[in-house]
Order: sequence, then C-alpha cells, then structure tokens
Amino acid sequence: MLFSENVKIALRALQANKMRSVLTMLGIVIGVATVVALLSIGQGATASITSSIESGGSNLLTVAPGKMQTGMSSMGQSRQVSHLYYSDYQALERILTQNIAYIVPVYQSSYMVKFGDESFTANISGVVAEHKDVRSFNIAAGRFISDGDNKAGSPVAVLGDQMAQDLFGELYPVGKTISINGVKFQVVGVLEAKGSSLGSPDDLVFIPLETGYNKLFGETANYNGKKTVSNILVSVSDSTKNDAVSSEVEFVLRRMHNITGAEEVDFYVLSQSDTLKTLSTVTQTLTIFLGAIAGISLLVGGIGIMNIMLVSVTERTKEIGLRKAVGATRNQILTQFLIETVTLSVLGGVIGILMGVGIATLFKMTGMISSVITASSILLAFTFALAIGVFFGLYPAFRAANLHPMEALRYE
Amino acid sequence: MIETKDLTKIYQMGETEVRALDGASFRIEKGEMIAIMGPSGSGKSTLMSIIGCLDAPTSGSYTIDGVSVENMDETKLAEVRGRKIGFVFQQFNLLARTSALENVMLPLTYAGIAGKEREARARKSLERVGLGARTHHAPNELSGGQQQRVAIARALVNEPAILLADEPTGALDSKTGVEIMDLFQTLHRETGQTVILVTHDAYVARHTNRIIKLADGKIVSDEVNANPIKAGAPRVEV
Ligand SMILES: Nc1ncnc2c1ncn2[C@@H]1O[C@H](COP(=O)(O)OP(=O)(O)O)[C@@H](O)[C@H]1O
Ligand SMILES: [Mg+2]
Repeated sequence: MLFSENVKIALRALQANKMRSVLTMLGIVIGVATVVALLSIGQGATASITSSIESGGSNLLTVAPGKMQTGMSSMGQSRQVSHLYYSDYQALERILTQNIAYIVPVYQSSYMVKFGDESFTANISGVVAEHKDVRSFNIAAGRFISDGDNKAGSPVAVLGDQMAQDLFGELYPVGKTISINGVKFQVVGVLEAKGSSLGSPDDLVFIPLETGYNKLFGETANYNGKKTVSNILVSVSDSTKNDAVSSEVEFVLRRMHNITGAEEVDFYVLSQSDTLKTLSTVTQTLTIFLGAIAGISLLVGGIGIMNIMLVSVTERTKEIGLRKAVGATRNQILTQFLIETVTLSVLGGVIGILMGVGIATLFKMTGMISSVITASSILLAFTFALAIGVFFGLYPAFRAANLHPMEALRYE
Repeated sequence: MIETKDLTKIYQMGETEVRALDGASFRIEKGEMIAIMGPSGSGKSTLMSIIGCLDAPTSGSYTIDGVSVENMDETKLAEVRGRKIGFVFQQFNLLARTSALENVMLPLTYAGIAGKEREARARKSLERVGLGARTHHAPNELSGGQQQRVAIARALVNEPAILLADEPTGALDSKTGVEIMDLFQTLHRETGQTVILVTHDAYVARHTNRIIKLADGKIVSDEVNANPIKAGAPRVEV
C-alpha cells in the first residue's frame, strides 16, 4: 500500500473532525511557536552580547583592582580595598615591550557636568592620547585628547556622542565651555556614536588624565600618597599572545604590590575573550532554559494529541474492524494511525514555526528584544514536533492495530 | 471449498462460560449457495466470523481450499480476508462521509492495487449491483437498500471465492430485502461464487440450495433445499 494512500486516509480522518483536529494541533502549534520564538530571542541575546564585546577589541586586556571572585565563600566578608597605582602603569610601560601595542592608564569617576541650564551626573574618564587608538574611537568633530593636553594639564574635554547631544542638543559643541564639578573645561572634540556595545564611550566625557589629577579628582585619586588609576588597558599586538602578556602583567604587578607566588593577587587581568566566554555561557544557559520551558509545552501538546488519538481509536473501533475485515493488516492499521498523528503534529509544527518566526520578527521590528532566527532552531523545532508525533502516536496506533477484528466489528 | 471439524467457540464471561459454538462439523463445496439458519443467539455470527477468518475457534479445525487456518499468522489471515472472502453485514458498515466508489475501492487499497485499475474495478463492481450512477454519493445520501448494494459491491470487488453475508436483509424492509436476495441469486448464478447467507429468517434461508440449522451452537440439521424460492416470486408462508 502506498504511503500517499495512507496520508490521504489520515487527512480524511482529520477532516472528518475538523474542530477537534484544530484544537489538538493547537497544543503543538503553541509549543513549537514558543520553542522557535524563545530560541530566536535567546540566540539574539547571545549574538548582540558577542558583537558588543567583540567591537571592544578582542586583543584588549583590562587590568582592574580587586580579587577575582570565586564562588560564594567571599560573600559578605569585609574585604580590604585594593588599588592600582599610576606607578603600576609606569612599571608595565617600562618593563613590557614584546607583543604590546599600547598600554594606557584610565581614571574614571562621576561628577556633575553642566552647560547652560543642562546639568547631570556623568562619568568622567581621565585618559591619555593613545586611549583613542586602544578603543578604536572615531572623531566626529574636533580632535581627541592630545599628548600636549596631558603635558600642559589643559582644561579640555572630548564628549561621547550621546553626551554631546544631551548637553548641547542642536548646538555645535566644539569650542564651548562646560563645567565639571565647578571646573571649566573647553570642549575640543566629539566622538562618533558606537552604539550600545559594552564599554561604549557614547555617554562619557574624556579629559586629560594629568588635568584630572591636578584639578578634578583630588584626594580620591590618592592612596598612601600615590596616584591611583581605575584601570590599565593593555592592547596586545597579536591576540594569540593574550595569555602570555597576561601572565607577564601579573608577574610585574605582583612585584609592584609585593605579593609572593603563594598569595592571592589583589588585581585581575581580564581579556575580552574571557568576558565573552563567561557571558556566552550565561546566554547559552538562558537559551537552553528557555528552550526547555518551551519543550515542556510541546510535551503537553504531545500528551494532548495522544489523548485525542486514543479517543479517536475507541470511536472508530467498528471502522477498524471493517478495515481488517476487508483485508487491512496489522501493519497497515498501525501505519495509518501513526501517520494520522504525525500529520497532526507536523502540520501543527509547520504552523508553529511560521508563528514563532512571526513573533521573533515582530520583537525584532519593534526593537524591544533582538532575535536571530536560525535554521538550526527551526530544524530543532520541526524535528521535535515530528518526534512527538511518532512518540505519542505509537501507543494509540498499536491499540488500533491490535484490536481483534471480530470484537471490533461487534463493538457498539 | 470449506471444511470444519468439531468447531467450538467458548466465550468466558467471568465465572460462566458461553458455548457459542459446540462441535460444528460440515463441508461446503465451491460454488454452493447455502444458508446458515437459527434463532438469535444460536451462534450464527460466531460461525461466520470463524469461516471469515475474523476469529479463531477455541478448538476444532477449519480448512479453506485445503489450507489449515490454525497455522496462519495475523498477516496471512488478513490476506485471506482480503482476497478470498467478501463480507456483507447487517448494518452495511460503510465508511461515513466517504463516497460509494471509495468505499468499494477500500479492499483494493489494502491489497496494494492503486490508480486507474482500482477505480475501474470499483466502478465495474458498482455497476454489477446496479449502482453505476451513484458512485459519488456518500452513505447518508443513499437508501438502506442502496447502501447494502454498495456493501455487496465492496465484497465483490476483490473477486473473492466466498461471499459471506450476515443477516444481509435484517436492516431492510421486506421489499428491499427481496431485491437484495435477487441480487445474491443473480451474482451466484453469474459468477459461481460460494455464497453463505446467515439468517434467522426461514423465508430468506429458503432462497438457497442448502440450509444448515443451528441451535445453541450445535448443528441440528443440514438439508438440501431442492426447490429454492426464486427472489421476487410471491411470498408463500408454509
Ligand atoms: N464476545 C463475546 N463474549 C461473550 N459472549 C459472546 C460474545 N460473542 C457472542 N457471544 C455469545 O455467543 C452466543 C452466540 O452469539 P452469536 O454468534 O452472535 O449468535 P447469533 O449470531 O446466532 O445471534 C450468544 O449467546 C452470545 O451472547
Ligand atoms: Mg448474529
């Protein structure tokens, strides 16, 4: 007997009870749509995080004060505040030479920024000229902080794109004077927008580090009579050497901080790829979690299908008896009912995929949540729907196939 | 050719057992037209289901064309049902919302026949029962007699050696019943198929050439009917 013949019989049986078929299918439709939509959203989150980190540069090491938190054991314990010093930066700059493109210090703190009637709190970054190259900034207007600014301690500032808009609106910022914590700075440049990537400069204000130490940061940037920095950024010339450079940094800073090999360090060196790994584990876990929730709804849909198929087998007992009387074999009945269930679940699966793609696209269009529809998630959802059809169809199909012909015919 | 020996069928109903068939032995030659007659509950349907390979006896032997049925597996039995036997039931047992033509095609479908041949054979079968013009009607658009004709066409379509009819006129009025009996007689005359009619009605039984009477699962008589009633002749009670 031909396969197409079986499909025809199945479709006819499903048509005979349209409303019931549609309602049964709905479970699968909702399950599959949820799987596709949630996987797309999960993958969208992963992709946007990944791209935002990668845009920060994959060969950038960030040195920051503090201990790497491992586990929950350190929670709640009071911890000695650790610092990075300007002298640490100088030592690194002096000692590290191989595979290094740039080493730059950064001091960051937040202050009240004011222009005309506009005033709000913003993050102020004290930086050196090379900072622009380390972070691959592009200049939209004017110029970036220069070496000369740092040498002279000039009161100049460069604004991120969003910051410039917030402060000046339609006005042209370059040449205007703003006040940061009451100190006057002249705007010399504006950066191009970088979008919502990690460490985006869009809402930052950059000033020469030297100027910051002299006029703005004051005692907060001082510890034990030494100038402190928030971070030291190390730009590695060859990203395959990240690990080697990272351990060199650790070696130098251990010496600077008098930490022996056995002790725990009071700073950490983070590479972009570390961040990427950590975050992608998080988003992957999220994706799997979302997928699992959706999978459960699919499972419920499958149970619904099985339930209806069992009812259907009972209702059609006499019909099954008749089919057997005119020569249908056990296998033919089994196949017929299995195909009926699989048709239900696959049809539901296809509709569900279309709906899921629709939902994901809608999310994307509204810009609320980023979503990425991948062939693999569609394939996964489809396979799952098919598997559910087969799995939950087998039992009813066996029930039908195993009916005794005479008892089935006598059934009222 | 059908031969049974000591056919017994016992249904277990909790504590009590029902002997639906109790040692029935007979032999039906190819091309006979025969009635199995008896009151309700005498075991006629049970006997028919065993002859039709729909059920197995509790004990006793049954051979069809010299082949013993006991040793056949499910698939083989389905094949025998599909190729050698055509069933006609009291309640027609047509598939609802399915055209007459498609109902008749069903046995061919399971026999692996498809396409043009299947349709042509089904049409021919419907013509033979006088329903050539009703091929696309669903059962609910047909009268009882017409529905039974579709069922007979379905039974004929595989050209089975044996036609088994269980109370074929039981759900019909007497006039239509006579028409159906006429059809059976005509088919028997034209094809030489073995026709086995199961009925509780002596008048229906007397349309055949031989009558086996059942009571309580036992054969109480097995006689040749020398003067079968010609269907359509005025009904005379004896
Ligand atoms: N599946 C069954 N379970 C129990 N008893 C049955 C079953 N089928 C038939 N019987 C009994 O077997 C006897 C014969 O039934 P049946 O062959 O249908 O008789 P008939 O067709 O002559 O009316 C009856 O007493 C009936 O109640
Ligand atoms: Mg009966």
